[in-house]
Amino acid sequence: MIRNLTSLLAGLVFGFGLALSGMTHPEKVLGFLDVAGKWNASLLFVLGGAVGVTLVTFRFILRLSKPVLAEHFFITKETKIDRPLILGATLFGIGWGISGYCPGPAIALIASPNWELLAFLPAAILGAVAEKFFELRAQKKSAEQLSRKVTQPGIPTDTPITESPSDSSCG
Amino acid sequence: MDISIHTFLPALFGGVFIGLSASLLLWLNGRLAGISGILWRLFFSNPGDAWWRVLFLVGVVGGAAVYYALFGNAPEARPTFPVWLLVVAGFLVGYGTSLGNGCTSGHGVCGLGRLSLRSLVATITFLIVAIITTFVVRHLLGVI
Repeated sequence: MIRNLTSLLAGLVFGFGLALSGMTHPEKVLGFLDVAGKWNASLLFVLGGAVGVTLVTFRFILRLSKPVLAEHFFITKETKIDRPLILGATLFGIGWGISGYCPGPAIALIASPNWELLAFLPAAILGAVAEKFFELRAQKKSAEQLSRKVTQPGIPTDTPITESPSDSSCG
Repeated sequence: MDISIHTFLPALFGGVFIGLSASLLLWLNGRLAGISGILWRLFFSNPGDAWWRVLFLVGVVGGAAVYYALFGNAPEARPTFPVWLLVVAGFLVGYGTSLGNGCTSGHGVCGLGRLSLRSLVATITFLIVAIITTFVVRHLLGVI
């Protein structure tokens, strides 16, 4: 229960910060990404301010044996730099560079919606659901292939199968 | 180049707020404040795992609402920006952040904060791709 309240509090601070930073204005974001135009450096300060804080605080927080209100930290152990990471970041970069919206500002803008958001946000949700659908289907398929192989003797199966999409990853 | 005090101070303090929020969520709840992960996994999470996600996102909307109520300056839609491009961009942002497990907050703010090489590679990748894309869309296709 208290964890839900702290989550709400963290969300409030996040949303206030996003609106204050100007990142909910897609023209400002594109003004930063448009290095060939009239360059707007403000996004650099947003990222610098945020990472400047997390670089310091995360060092201390992650040295604790556990978080204050939970049993353990929910952090991915994934360190591989693989195809999904690069392909995903590339597709996201294209969408971000076209529109000037990333997921955080798109959510914050529900506070003051306009028609741009009505076009962008449902499409983003559809895109994420589609990706998870393909991910789950691919997992199921490889699980089926593996179980078919299991019926033939002599083929070792050492890969664990999970039904859920990659959990506890960064986010 | 536009770096007047009116844009860089709010940008810096806004960033600090975002960093503090990510610190609070990790310190108290042990969770990373990656918006895409919190949102997309909401659709595939069990009920016990859904509430903190919903409340965080409600908080994000509420925090922005408080800012706009106090200071105004809410963004207005760009009059000539094509709707179909926003739909295509939205789909790519959703698909890409789900596949790559993170966006500007997950890989950018949180991933860099915990010195993850994976997140650094992702952040550099989406920044460079976004810069190239913006150049193509604005200067070659002439969409503003």
